[in-house]
Amino acid sequence: MNKNVIEMDRDIIDPTAPLPKLEGHVSHTRFERVLRAGQFAVTTEIAPPDSADPAEVVRRADLFSGVVDAINATDGSGANCHMSSLGVCAILTKNGYSPIIQMSCRDRNRIAIQGDVLGAAAIGVGSVLCLSGDDVSVGDHPEAKPVFDLDSISLIKTIKTMRDKGQFLSGRKLDKPPSQFIGSTINPFAPPLKNRVDQLAKKIDAGAEFIQTQYCFDIEMLQSFMTQAVDKGLTERAFILVGTGPLASARTARWLRKNIPGIHIPDAIVDRLEGAENPRLEGRKICIELMARIKEIEGVKGVHVMAYKQEIHVKSIILESKVLGDRQPWARSNPKVFRN
Amino acid sequence: MYKVRLWCIKRSRLLETVYLVTKPAIVLGLNAAKKVFGRFLDRPVIVVERSIKGFLFDCQMCGDCVLSKTGMSCPMNCPKNIRNGPCGGVRENGMCEVKPDMLCVWVGAWDGASRMKDGGGIGNLQPALDHRSKGTSSWLKLTEKRSGDE
Ligand code: SF4
Repeated sequence: MNKNVIEMDRDIIDPTAPLPKLEGHVSHTRFERVLRAGQFAVTTEIAPPDSADPAEVVRRADLFSGVVDAINATDGSGANCHMSSLGVCAILTKNGYSPIIQMSCRDRNRIAIQGDVLGAAAIGVGSVLCLSGDDVSVGDHPEAKPVFDLDSISLIKTIKTMRDKGQFLSGRKLDKPPSQFIGSTINPFAPPLKNRVDQLAKKIDAGAEFIQTQYCFDIEMLQSFMTQAVDKGLTERAFILVGTGPLASARTARWLRKNIPGIHIPDAIVDRLEGAENPRLEGRKICIELMARIKEIEGVKGVHVMAYKQEIHVKSIILESKVLGDRQPWARSNPKVFRN
Repeated sequence: MYKVRLWCIKRSRLLETVYLVTKPAIVLGLNAAKKVFGRFLDRPVIVVERSIKGFLFDCQMCGDCVLSKTGMSCPMNCPKNIRNGPCGGVRENGMCEVKPDMLCVWVGAWDGASRMKDGGGIGNLQPALDHRSKGTSSWLKLTEKRSGDE
């Protein structure tokens, strides 16, 4: 019997069984395999439901089946309360998806966070994204106590210490260290623009192995940031995935610009949406065009598609952008596609 | 005071020089005083440190001062207490995402550091803060450090 059939059987019987960790890899994830194999990676994010229903998580994830290499589970994004990222990741893992658990410093101190890192590793979550997190004041519980015991960089360092030194921040030894692919974020489009690349360097020095950026709507700005990153050799030390997503209308674009700090949308894009007959369609077209251009920029290793409330369009956006080439990522519904 | 705080960032080079020149004398003086007064020195030093640094930098007495590494902009004024900043939410005009009327502490920090002789220290990774130090004196801490520590 050939090996593929065995692989196939295993996929059907137990899609959650971890893949073997390859030589030189830090985790067992498909996501890390795709990146280290030099392929252009595509990730997206799932909006965790306001619900205790696991089927809802699977339903939302299935929208991305076969077009993405990993799915980010957001951690109370916008400081709004939803199902926890650990819970979402447990369900995703159980269904064969390769999740990236987002960990923000807003809600938990170092004791809780390190516990969650171990918990996530134990259930097979092999990628983790370290963020500082939005402030509680912008969310639905502005009266909550903000924690911010760590910041994104000390969080990266903490997880790296656990993984590579096999110990907690306190120095206490771990019996079995977690093996996670460590990531973080960067916003190349917010001040101080000339220091954003220094901030990136700090994150990589701390231990970030992959980076997902804020939404990119401005190719020139991205280009200048990436040129600096390439010049400093940073793109050799970490995989950079550029954030992208469809805008629903000129009004949404203006609202985002005004209300979500850190999102930069040039006037040209807003005008284009304004003038369009079907703004939603135009928004997706812009996103598709941007993705194709982002892929051409030196040093970019993938895209991260964030399509809040437009998740049903993610698949067609990715396919139409052709960024995957002829590669098809693992699909849950199609057991014939292997998890490579 | 916010205005003074901004002034200090603009004068980061001058303040750095003042710090470097006076540091040995302060450390010497404090060491000598410590021999005489022992633990009784803590309170008055804390009061003086809090008044001076509070006035100049809106110092929050975190107990582990990094001003010389953060362009003379105190990171504890960041609403997210980020000690390796900035976050991704800085507004297009450089103001803080949480407090729109305040210059992002880290926009100030990188700006201040760019004028300092030893501004490269801002690239150092700052470890997570020891919250037990809150309210203690960073100046007295300097006297405990041996010369090789820094
Ligand atoms: S914008 Fe600057 S000061 Fe405000 S929370 Fe972010 S890093 Fe801190």
